[in-house]
Amino acid sequence: MILRRPVFWLILVFAALMAFVPLHANNVSMREDLILVAIAIILASNLNLMIGYTGYVNFGHIVFYGLGGYVGLYLATVRSWNLVLAALTAGLVVSLFALALGMGILRLRGAYFALATIGVLQAVQSFVANFDPWGRSTGMYVAFDAYERLGGARHALWTTYFLVIGVMALSMILSLGIKISKFGLGLFAIREDEDAALVLGVNTTVFKAIIYSVSAFLPAVAGALMFYKNGMIDPSIAFEFMLSLEGIVMLMLGGKGTVVGAALGGGLYEKLRSYLLTSPKFSNFQLVIAGGLLLLVVLFAPGGLIGWLYRLVPRARKVIE
Amino acid sequence: MSGILASMIDGLLIGSVYGLAAMGLSLIWGVMDVINLTHGAVIALGMFGMYILFAAFPVNAYLLLLPVIAAGLLLGLLIYWIAVHWVIGRSQLSSLLSTFAVNMMIIGIGTAIWSTSPYNVNFTLRGITVGAYTFDGNHLAAAGAAVIIGLALELFLYRTRPGKAIRAVADNREAAELMGISSTMVLALAFAIGIALAASSGALVSTLFPFTILSGAGYQMKSFVVTVLAGLGKPLGALVAGVLLGLLEGAVTPFIAVSWIPLIEFGLFVVVLVAFPKGIFARATA
Amino acid sequence: MTPLLEVSGVSKRFGGLQAVSDVSFSLGEREILGLIGPNGAGKTTLFNVVNGVYKADKGTIKFAGEDITNRPPNEVVHLGLARTHQIVKPLQDMTVLENVTVGACFGREYLALQPARKVALEVLERVGLAKSAEMSARSLTIAGKKRLEVARALAAHPKLLLLDEVLAGLNPTEITYMIGIVRDIRDSGISVFMIEHVMQAIMSLSDRLVVLSFGQKLAEGHPEEVARDPQVIEAYLGDPDIAEKLKEND
Ligand SMILES: Nc1ncnc2c1ncn2[C@@H]1O[C@H](COP(=O)(O)OP(=O)(O)O)[C@@H](O)[C@H]1O
Ligand SMILES: [Mg+2]
Repeated sequence: MILRRPVFWLILVFAALMAFVPLHANNVSMREDLILVAIAIILASNLNLMIGYTGYVNFGHIVFYGLGGYVGLYLATVRSWNLVLAALTAGLVVSLFALALGMGILRLRGAYFALATIGVLQAVQSFVANFDPWGRSTGMYVAFDAYERLGGARHALWTTYFLVIGVMALSMILSLGIKISKFGLGLFAIREDEDAALVLGVNTTVFKAIIYSVSAFLPAVAGALMFYKNGMIDPSIAFEFMLSLEGIVMLMLGGKGTVVGAALGGGLYEKLRSYLLTSPKFSNFQLVIAGGLLLLVVLFAPGGLIGWLYRLVPRARKVIE
Repeated sequence: MSGILASMIDGLLIGSVYGLAAMGLSLIWGVMDVINLTHGAVIALGMFGMYILFAAFPVNAYLLLLPVIAAGLLLGLLIYWIAVHWVIGRSQLSSLLSTFAVNMMIIGIGTAIWSTSPYNVNFTLRGITVGAYTFDGNHLAAAGAAVIIGLALELFLYRTRPGKAIRAVADNREAAELMGISSTMVLALAFAIGIALAASSGALVSTLFPFTILSGAGYQMKSFVVTVLAGLGKPLGALVAGVLLGLLEGAVTPFIAVSWIPLIEFGLFVVVLVAFPKGIFARATA
Repeated sequence: MTPLLEVSGVSKRFGGLQAVSDVSFSLGEREILGLIGPNGAGKTTLFNVVNGVYKADKGTIKFAGEDITNRPPNEVVHLGLARTHQIVKPLQDMTVLENVTVGACFGREYLALQPARKVALEVLERVGLAKSAEMSARSLTIAGKKRLEVARALAAHPKLLLLDEVLAGLNPTEITYMIGIVRDIRDSGISVFMIEHVMQAIMSLSDRLVVLSFGQKLAEGHPEEVARDPQVIEAYLGDPDIAEKLKEND
């Protein structure tokens, strides 16, 4: 089924290129650039499951990434777990957390839900900042010997890079899989009209809770890997509201509701941002430009780049999903 | 014991400033069903507006509220035309994102100008001493100003033609248009007033505490809490709920480390939102 | 024989307004039951209570031998009771085919995507929307949207279909076409419970009629009996022509 979708193969080729180009060139700074692109794609793709597929704006999506980072780092360092196991467990724990939370806040509709997600982000952040086992506001560090278990720091960094690329590919495949499934059809119905969906037989409560929980899993795994790679975590970098919002900008830019759009927006925005950050003229204006871009997209091209492509070439809808 | 009392009175005074900010959010939300995410950034602009004005004209800072309000009205019209007018009638997501985009731009420009380091307005009024306690003069003045502005808004909404037009549009936009009220003008006016309220609350805060360009975010969150507590489109309710929130903060500060307060506040926000989606004060209507 | 749908003593209140009060009736297999009454009589509200959109304040609803009182709408569809909306609710940015596929996927048989799509195509053929299958629902005319409502409900393979004013807003040709669809539905073995203001249509289609006024059941019986009922004629006095309209069909 999914194997017959051109986009599926496109994802695999893309992920393979992301993995092997920097390895082949043995280029560490390229790898560090690309890992940020991969993280952006992971966040945008999973956020897309809520905003693009289900029609629920989550302003606090970054909470999953940050919590995953904390749980993963805690398990991998304090408890000396294997990194992959720690990351997967982090994903699972955070998904369960999301499921429980979702049962509560998904009773809210529209803007009320969006506001609640801001509250959740802030509440979680201030809880973690007061939580002793996780080092309160100073956070946690990765002890150097943790890298030894992965064959030294150099090796460990490449390993985490490949793992992050894997999570990126999985995020996109997950998006595609859901999009072409019956489950996805139910989500789209909720996005279009939740009351109608319910009357048509969609168990909206369960669908929403599941997708909220699913959209938490891979970002949490990625958070665990990324903060392990960075060697430290603290509440202000783990739960950066800005990054949460940039996720929305990426998604809108690329085209919400599409697999390729989320990835395209994530990749492009991240490249643009790192360009702006390093250019002396613009480094202060990153926010202004991101904001301006978002405004333009919302006002003039609500379908984003992919929506624009669809309008130019209607048949593209069948291929570029 | 009297320590708690003093802390509560102080909370009550600051709460009226929260209430003023929330009135702005509540008015816009109620009238045009737009959740104005420029709110926090505008509060921050109000702080810096007061800072600039006070540096230029070192008179009584509370007199400078008037030019801040006037500038707020103009800014409100500008934001309305840039980001809100085009998305009226589209999905709520659109206005949520478009106002958020403006928020990012304001914060970006503000950071470029003032960085994120703290500023303060160097103006102090003499306090009033009652028994063993001296109440901070600025806190008293800010609370007084907030209540006066709040009541002025209420009078405006209920006693003047444009105010009544705003209420009519909030109540039923189509019916109001049939009666010959231009809803575009009314929406722009309501948005401008909402922004001016946010800016004036920021200006008041700047006389109480040091601030940075990012300080508005915290007050925006408090405005959400207050607005949701009060129920939408009830500006006076928002003022009262703001005072209650301040009172609550004042009552718990002596007992709890400050770092826990955001958790309590945001936790409360989410719980109230889920439990009373129409506001605690909302009564079942026929 | 036990009836397919049995509504007993159902009431629903909105604040100070008693929208439905103590209504009882039943509906048999392969029957078309009409529901008429002036605007605001509580007809749509009664539908909403039957399929679980609103909770009943009082009373019970039995469907196919099961108590479905206050079961949520999605469970009610799985049991085989589907409905349309008076104010159409198309899934705007999805295609017509996708709209109907949703109905088939989450309906009585809970079909997988592929078989659901097949059912959807068949149903679209039946209601005459096959040519519009790939159009977005947004771009349909009002008549098209009404048919889409019917198609989606039909795709659920229901035992009972509730139709809320599917003729309203249609021109005479479209009305004739839709009446054909309703007959065809009944002939395929599905019972129909329909609200309608187009009198000729409802008089000729229904096996029996229930009349609602101010939330209360005024009358129930064969269309001709009901049309002669003085209480019913009085209830319609707001529209003085109605008594004539009711008789036209005699
Ligand atoms: N959700 C609701 N909340 C409050 N009042 C309602 C609601 N739905 C319907 N009503 C009221 O109940 C009465 C019956 O409405 P309805 O069932 O739609 O009538 P009908 O379909 O017979 O025209 C009307 O007065 C209507 O205004
Ligand atoms: Mg009706």
